[in-house]
Amino acid sequence: MMAQLLNGLQYGLLLFLVSSGLTLIFGVMGIINLAHGSLFMIGAYVAFLVSKATGTLWLALPVGVLGGAALGALLEWTLFRHFAKREHLDQVMLTFALILLAEELRWVVAGSDFHSVPIPAILDFSVPVTSGFSYSAYRFAVIAICLVLALALFWWIERTRFGAVVRASAENPEMVDVLGLDARRVHLVVFAAGTALAVVAGVLAAPLTSVYPGMGDSLLIISFVVVVIGGLGSISGAFWAALLIGLVDTFGKAYGPSFQGTGALGTLLAALSGSSVYLLMIAVLLWRPTGLFGQRP
Amino acid sequence: MIGPVRMLPKTWTGWALIWLGFAALAVVPFFATPFYVGLCTTAMIAAMLALSLQLLVGATGLVSLGHGAFYGLAAYTVYLLSPEGDAKPIWLTLPLAMLAAGMAAFLIGAISLRTRGFFFLMVTLAFGQLVYVIFHDTKLGGGTDGAYLVKPLISAFGLTTDVTSLPRSRRAWPAYYVALVQLVAMFAILVLLLRSMLGRVLEGIRVNEARMQALGFDTYRYKLAAFTIAGALAGAAGHMWAMQSGFVNPELVGWHRSAEALLHILLGGIGTLAGPIVGAFAFVFLDDLAQQVTERKLLVEGMVILLAVLLLRNGITGLRWLPNLPDRDPHASHDPRDGVVQQSREPEND
Repeated sequence: MMAQLLNGLQYGLLLFLVSSGLTLIFGVMGIINLAHGSLFMIGAYVAFLVSKATGTLWLALPVGVLGGAALGALLEWTLFRHFAKREHLDQVMLTFALILLAEELRWVVAGSDFHSVPIPAILDFSVPVTSGFSYSAYRFAVIAICLVLALALFWWIERTRFGAVVRASAENPEMVDVLGLDARRVHLVVFAAGTALAVVAGVLAAPLTSVYPGMGDSLLIISFVVVVIGGLGSISGAFWAALLIGLVDTFGKAYGPSFQGTGALGTLLAALSGSSVYLLMIAVLLWRPTGLFGQRP
Repeated sequence: MIGPVRMLPKTWTGWALIWLGFAALAVVPFFATPFYVGLCTTAMIAAMLALSLQLLVGATGLVSLGHGAFYGLAAYTVYLLSPEGDAKPIWLTLPLAMLAAGMAAFLIGAISLRTRGFFFLMVTLAFGQLVYVIFHDTKLGGGTDGAYLVKPLISAFGLTTDVTSLPRSRRAWPAYYVALVQLVAMFAILVLLLRSMLGRVLEGIRVNEARMQALGFDTYRYKLAAFTIAGALAGAAGHMWAMQSGFVNPELVGWHRSAEALLHILLGGIGTLAGPIVGAFAFVFLDDLAQQVTERKLLVEGMVILLAVLLLRNGITGLRWLPNLPDRDPHASHDPRDGVVQQSREPEND
């Protein structure tokens, strides 16, 4: 029970790192990035390659942050900047193409096998929480790093001068331009930051899930569910929704199958346990179509 | 009639080109090897799926990433209809597959259409994934590996075509012509639909939904009708896929299928009804050509999309030298945030 709670928390926080970038990029630039899951996958493979080359995971973290930001800036500069005003279909297709190319790149660099990534040696132990229950130190570390990053993101967006400009460009981009602030620089920085967050999430997740083809796809869709439930463009919404989804998904998958064999209802519940997240999304949409934290219509 | 329909040809040469195309498809088997007859059938199935999606994307301005769900659901319906291994006739399987897909589209549409713009895109993607998870995680349709199914019999009015009695070189013909008849029928249905009141209202919704609401149209109902019809038509495509290939697997339901259909629309031209057919054929043949040269399917697919989205902005049918096929509407709203802006500034009426 306790372990599932912590697992759910840790999963939810990782989801937040991915979906906060997604929602931020949408809010500020009006771009939907289907390739956001691929960035997560790239992060995981960076972790795999770096830990294979150097024998330790730690170097992958700065590589992920800097490389992710650089990749994000490059993508924004060469492609996404020119798609902000294009139609939905064009944006979907552009980012779908990037997904396919990322999978191709992954195949060239690392092949199509599953690879496990070792947990860093100094965190490869269990922390006793209560008598009779202990929990992986690495997972604790992931929770801590995610919380620090989340707090930094909140501080950056809500408390700094640059964050105020970011919020202003989400609200009214023309006004930002009129006031003589450089909206293009804001876009570049936001996109780079969002990319770096997704890549870092991938680095952190790699030892927990191992790395495999298509790993970004399912995460992308769950991140969309987070954004839908939290409300598009809302960072705090994404945070609470990510935690909710993390817990619901973990508990659903852990305890759902145990209903098997307890009558027709139990069998149904067991069958639906893998899709608890989507059922939650349906419920939220029926109740509030703009998400829990979205602006009320 | 009240003026020409945007997505249909404006001159008789445009129409002649379309019907000549269908006529050319009708004689293809007499000249092509069995492999290319099969490839054309595949292209026609892809064209049917893209054509059904065009009712949402091109005609109504709704970009759905969950359309593959209805396609896959129909294919699974064929599998579930013949559990004992006895083939069912097509006049039974086709309507039931379309009914199942249409009903699923009605339910999913009823919820997804409460949202707009990018929200709609994400919600349809999530619903598609829900259907995928159901077929992937449960034993309902063979689980992860999928399952072989008994192909429906091509049978109508008491006459049944026994494919195995044909000479080997002609075994691909029945499926080919069944697909062609369905493709032409679907095209004709959509032409009539676009010319009808429903089509006009959908066009109005695409250009300015708020104005249509102000005019007193319950736009939610019209969009739901379009979503349901598109789902049922996608079901016909999925049924045809089951009929040609003879097996189902969860990948049929996955969202990559929806993205491919969107690609066919983009490649052929978002502004014309014939676009998805042209795009599907172009892509299927390009893909086949590329696979003879290189093994890397994803690389080719990715590069084609990238080039199409960067250079071929009006699709193949939007190229200048083609006669009088309508261009993308320069006055249409292209701001991707439209849906959300509306959401925050205008009251919802549903």
